[in-house]
Amino acid sequence: MRIRIDHSTRYAYARPARFIVQMLRLTPRSCEGQQVRDWRIETDVDARLRRGEDAFGNVVHSLYTERPTDALTIRVTGEVATVNTGGVVRRGQAERLSPIVFLRETPMTKPDAAIDDFARSIPEGATLGRMHALMGALKQDVAFEVGSTSASHTAAEAFAQKRGVCQDHAQIFIASARRMGVPARYVSGHLSRQDGQHDQDAAHAWAEAWVENLGWVGFDPANGISPTEHYVRVAVGLDARGATPIRGTSYGGGHETLTVALNVRPVQQTQQQLQSRGWP
Amino acid sequence: MTRAFDEMNGGGSGAIRDSYRTLAAWLENAPADLLQARSRQAELFFRRMGVTFAVYGDEESNERLIPFDVVPRIIGADEWSGLEKGLKQRVTAINAFLKDIYGAQECIKAGIVPADLILTNPHYRPEMQGRRPPGDVWCHISGVDLVRTGEDGFYVLEDNCRTPSGVSYMLENREMMMRLFPDLFAEHAVRPVEIYTDMLLRSLQASAPAGAGADPTIVVLTPGPFNSAYYEHSFLADKLGVELVQGTDLFVNDDTVFMRTTEGPKRVDVIYRRIDDDFIDPLTFMPNSTVGVPGLMSAYFAGRVTLANAIGTGVADDKAVYTYMPEIIRFFTGEDAILQNVPTWRCREADALKEVLDKLPELVVKEVGGSGGYGMLVGPTSTKAEIEAFRAKLIADPDDFIAQPTLSLSTAPTLNGGALSPRHVDLRPFVLSSPAGVRVAPGGLTRVALKEGSLVVNSSQGGGTKDTWVLDN
Repeated sequence: MRIRIDHSTRYAYARPARFIVQMLRLTPRSCEGQQVRDWRIETDVDARLRRGEDAFGNVVHSLYTERPTDALTIRVTGEVATVNTGGVVRRGQAERLSPIVFLRETPMTKPDAAIDDFARSIPEGATLGRMHALMGALKQDVAFEVGSTSASHTAAEAFAQKRGVCQDHAQIFIASARRMGVPARYVSGHLSRQDGQHDQDAAHAWAEAWVENLGWVGFDPANGISPTEHYVRVAVGLDARGATPIRGTSYGGGHETLTVALNVRPVQQTQQQLQSRGWP
Repeated sequence: MTRAFDEMNGGGSGAIRDSYRTLAAWLENAPADLLQARSRQAELFFRRMGVTFAVYGDEESNERLIPFDVVPRIIGADEWSGLEKGLKQRVTAINAFLKDIYGAQECIKAGIVPADLILTNPHYRPEMQGRRPPGDVWCHISGVDLVRTGEDGFYVLEDNCRTPSGVSYMLENREMMMRLFPDLFAEHAVRPVEIYTDMLLRSLQASAPAGAGADPTIVVLTPGPFNSAYYEHSFLADKLGVELVQGTDLFVNDDTVFMRTTEGPKRVDVIYRRIDDDFIDPLTFMPNSTVGVPGLMSAYFAGRVTLANAIGTGVADDKAVYTYMPEIIRFFTGEDAILQNVPTWRCREADALKEVLDKLPELVVKEVGGSGGYGMLVGPTSTKAEIEAFRAKLIADPDDFIAQPTLSLSTAPTLNGGALSPRHVDLRPFVLSSPAGVRVAPGGLTRVALKEGSLVVNSSQGGGTKDTWVLDN
């Protein structure tokens, strides 16, 4: 299917910020399950953008404003053609990092005793089955509740209160999988919802686990399924912090207010268009 | 315990070692209270200059003077040339190792080091995978801790590849000794250690990124006056003739680092940073760091600034990685290590752990991520309760520990209540790397355990320092 994404992030500052520096991980890359086309980043004030790539393979833009700024909006728009790969990510290019790197503990995903116990409660077996069991158990145990956590919540904190949003589900999944000896990583991205809710409050997040003979396989514990053609991967990291869409700072701006507007919707297309693009 | 090898008196035959002959004769003839008088003078000078060291976790004495011992530690020309070769070899191998770890990882593929030990090591920085700093130099400044057990028995106790400190003491101690004992210097051909700052400046200049021009702008980046080594940061900036800056004095624009000056922003090419990786850029590492420079890593990745040392060098001085250093040196230089490692048990290996637990009271056990003498057990000088408490820690997290035999560190004559007594010493020489080559300053920081019998020389644990004389031929 084709998914159209229109994602605006607005920062309003209490005082004009003399200068703003941001790292943007907002640009998806093509891989077997997704073809990125017409992707654009725009800002509503004069700013320099420098494109780079991090060691995780993410496209990173560094953004630098050119003059004092009251408010800054970063808008990304584009279209991604997707197919269902059953959650299996076959990359178009070699991964720079060994899967072993994704066994690392990070402050956001450090397991506590409760997560240890939870990870131990998943029955032994083949990795793929265990990861599905982990996803199922997590969906059972941790309720999805908007506003129950903040972006700085760790996996252990969210697990303790048994409530969270997709970020928390993903981080608990990662902490548990690593505890089970399975490399796991965080994915930030978008989900084209099938209930017609195209306007969304926040971007989506899920996890990927390393399964022998398959490679990276996606698991969305907030929804209890592996990603389908409705998902668009944008960035990966060791945890939420590493895949954060925007990390930045302002000089002299004081308190900042953040507003996100996100619209993710399927694009209607004719059979002819599909065939001309070589998609099934 | 048998008597340790003494730097002046050797292994017990009673004969004064060659390098100490002149000093021994001088000491023989010196008036009884001369050394003590000079010692008091030294303390006064140091206090006046404000050479202090803050000890973490010690509220009472936030700024303390590190005790200075006026009796120099002397190293003969031949001894030094062996050490120098060994140090150059070791640091050359460490740079090659880091290039490989963050590049092709041949040493992992060849089975020289286990993949998980490197890739899940807290000091390995995945962000650096595939990056190449200018000239492939990672450890611009290394401090290698050496101990001695006999005439030819020098061992590397640990490598310091992140932000090794102590070089200001090496330089200050020399200045102090030249002031206090000009007559002694006249009788010895002591190699000048004060060329260190010039060597460092050239080394940093040679490490500048391509396009920086013939006269690159260098700064020393400090976390600020609350850091325990702040004195050294300001001392070095002063000696190098470069700006001492904090994170807030720098900013990154268009993937380029600038320093705020009264004449407007000035481009910075080389940062001698004394801030740990974790805190250096809040947009890449710890987001709550207030001492770093937001966006610094973008400029670094774009090849527009040199960080000395490079990001991620800590994986080379990790205590668990240390145990593989002889194999690492052979793999990257094709030679056997000139400087030996202390035989070490890796507690992550079950057989080793069993052996360590069996002889715990005889061993020194260290936390792999620890430094500064914290979190370690010195079996022979610990109480039964301390040993048992440590045993529990060791069993709970064996991966976190290594163990070594308690070495009988060499002693050197040290002033103690008006008389000279042997006290255990180590030696930290400083090694500089740049695309122009690897160099060692002729000297180092000799640390001395002032308590009788103590083997812990760390300044945070009551150690002192001595001037280190390397003699010319």
